[in-house]
Amino acid sequence: MPKLITGVGCPYCGSSCDDIECLVSDDGKKILETRNACVIGNEIFHHVSSPDRPTKPRMRQADGSMKEVSYDEAVDFTAKALIKAKKPLIYGFGSTNCEGMSAVARVAERAGAVLDNCASICHGPSFLAIFDNGYPSCTLGEVKNRADVVVFWGCNPMHAHPRHTSRYSIFPRGFFTTKGQMQRTIISIDPRETDTAKLADYHFMLNQGHDYELFDAFRTVLRGHDIPAEVAGCKREMIIEAAEKMRNARFVMIFFGMGCTHTDGRNHNVDIAISLTRDLNTHTKSSIMAMRGHYNIAGPGQVWSWQFGFPYCIDLSKGTRAHMNPGETSSVDLAMRDEVDCFVNVGTDAGAHWPIAAIKHVKKHPFIAVDPNICMASEISDLHVPVRVVGVEEAGVVYRMDNVPIQFKKVIDGPEGVPSDEEFFDRVYTRMCELTQTEPMWIPAKGHAKASSTSEH
Amino acid sequence: MATITLKPFKTPELIIECNNITPDAFAGKTPAEIAELEIFEGKVREKLGDFFSVTGSSGNTAAETDILIDGDCSRVKYLGSKMTVGTITVNGNADMYVGGWMKGGKIHVKGNVDSFCGIAMEGGEIEVDGNAGNYVGCAYRGDWRGMRGGTIHIHGSAGNDIGTFMLGGTIIIDKNAFIHVSTHAEGGTVVIKGDVEGRVGGQMVKGDIYVFGNVQYMLPGFKEIDRVQKEIAGESATFRHYIGDLGERHPKSKGKEIYANLYVKASA
Ligand code: SF4
Repeated sequence: MPKLITGVGCPYCGSSCDDIECLVSDDGKKILETRNACVIGNEIFHHVSSPDRPTKPRMRQADGSMKEVSYDEAVDFTAKALIKAKKPLIYGFGSTNCEGMSAVARVAERAGAVLDNCASICHGPSFLAIFDNGYPSCTLGEVKNRADVVVFWGCNPMHAHPRHTSRYSIFPRGFFTTKGQMQRTIISIDPRETDTAKLADYHFMLNQGHDYELFDAFRTVLRGHDIPAEVAGCKREMIIEAAEKMRNARFVMIFFGMGCTHTDGRNHNVDIAISLTRDLNTHTKSSIMAMRGHYNIAGPGQVWSWQFGFPYCIDLSKGTRAHMNPGETSSVDLAMRDEVDCFVNVGTDAGAHWPIAAIKHVKKHPFIAVDPNICMASEISDLHVPVRVVGVEEAGVVYRMDNVPIQFKKVIDGPEGVPSDEEFFDRVYTRMCELTQTEPMWIPAKGHAKASSTSEH
Repeated sequence: MATITLKPFKTPELIIECNNITPDAFAGKTPAEIAELEIFEGKVREKLGDFFSVTGSSGNTAAETDILIDGDCSRVKYLGSKMTVGTITVNGNADMYVGGWMKGGKIHVKGNVDSFCGIAMEGGEIEVDGNAGNYVGCAYRGDWRGMRGGTIHIHGSAGNDIGTFMLGGTIIIDKNAFIHVSTHAEGGTVVIKGDVEGRVGGQMVKGDIYVFGNVQYMLPGFKEIDRVQKEIAGESATFRHYIGDLGERHPKSKGKEIYANLYVKASA
């Protein structure tokens, strides 16, 4: 009899839906059916059983070909490369659990590496703005129950976070929002007419790259001053009308995405959005949230802030102190300036996401990819280490985009002999300690935590 | 005055971090002792003497010590950071953090500097003959106390984020700047002799900005109030006087709100 597992977390986008149901075959090895997930979420559950999935590490040979090697050899190669490098860079973590991130952090500290996550090329500017200006945020539950004006600034959840709008932000009926969509005013700010913009009551089709000016206009209007007839390609009357809507709302929610963080000004676009949120709180209640991309990309920020005091771009090369200054210690900048001499890609695809020039720089040195799947990074790497898929074959804690931790379940068994990220990096750490003849340092609670997080059938 | 000359003879494989190249660290030391000072290349501890030949003599105190770096420092970070007195002259380019957290003395770079030049500077003088990267005279991440005093003069152009969170001091850019000048500033003066693309004075509370060229995109939070004749950075001109950022909070003095001032040179 196939078994139905409920309350499964979806390891895909930042909405981190935790209401997925999976029908699993008798032997617990195959997912037959998923319920509740959106199309992209559904895909990840079926993808794990793909027949061409690698189950052995592969190492680049002198003739350029890839040859299968044992996990012991992979562990040894990684440990030696990290010890030898003057300044290794360990990057990724879009798609792994907090346990894995913590294990990698232990390795990074021992290796004197720079530890960075995909936020560096994604919501990193949001972190900078948050450092500068605070983060008056809330949970997605509050959005669902309270928000009656929802602003989507430079983001398109209809495609990037498909169930976000139905679970939290546009359609659901909540405690104070009993009429659902009827009760909400949706404002979309996007230079393109996206599918989210089509749903909106107001769509500001601003000139690309002029978000900061438009935010400034909203703030100026809210303080009772006049603005020019047109700002960033948007009409004064429309800005005043939308500002009035926000002022008279019961709860304004601002969601922002890459349209803010990756156009000119970057962190300052988010910075002024936070200032606008603060201004709105003198009139009503208002909150702001980053539309984090991956299901646990908020995780490294939580885990590493606890471990090192910084969420990303952490330079641990001095051993006694952590240094963070994005622009200097951020992955792409380090690569472009030839500041690193070993690269480890974990649970992401730098090969697909980085500028080609940056990848060419890190390719001059040992390049290791740890990822369950074949991806561009794995194909150009010197060593590819396949691991189990978190949320499907491996349980663990993930942080949703609103920084709410969720315990994800294991649904099926992973391929035989394939370790999790955590297991692989714990082995690398142990090997590094052997090679350098130092004592490993484990957190005492770790054994206990491991025992309680395994197999949740 | 005594001069110590450093001559780079080896390009580092990565980038070297030399927090020690300051008159404060060199004063009272012999060239051999200076060559022993610790620097970092990634996690590897190395010696200053591994990359530079050290000649000349240092003064008894930092105030009597001049440092001349006779060569290129494109891959040397933290030149003159945290220095309090004395001088450093670089016959070439310098990398990030030139004069960062500097309290006094003078740095003269004859080439270009990379980003974070004069970050969180408190006093002294930085002169750069070439261009500067981003973040000239800015605050460290998350610090609301940016540059507090001193002067930075860039003879070429600069990138974005000039004087972010600035509280005092003066920054002069002889050519153009990109975006974000004096963002969040609560004091200080920034003078741009060339053009700026935009976002001049965003979220600015107090302080002054002078632009001699063109501001391509004005912020809606700035309002023109009058025209004034002013002399600044050795030039006198008629400026259109704007106040702002009207979207930002502003302190009150004697019941009147104090705004930041933006002066844009009026075309003839
Ligand atoms: S919305 Fe995101 S988390 Fe939810 S099912 Fe779709 S991909 Fe998964």
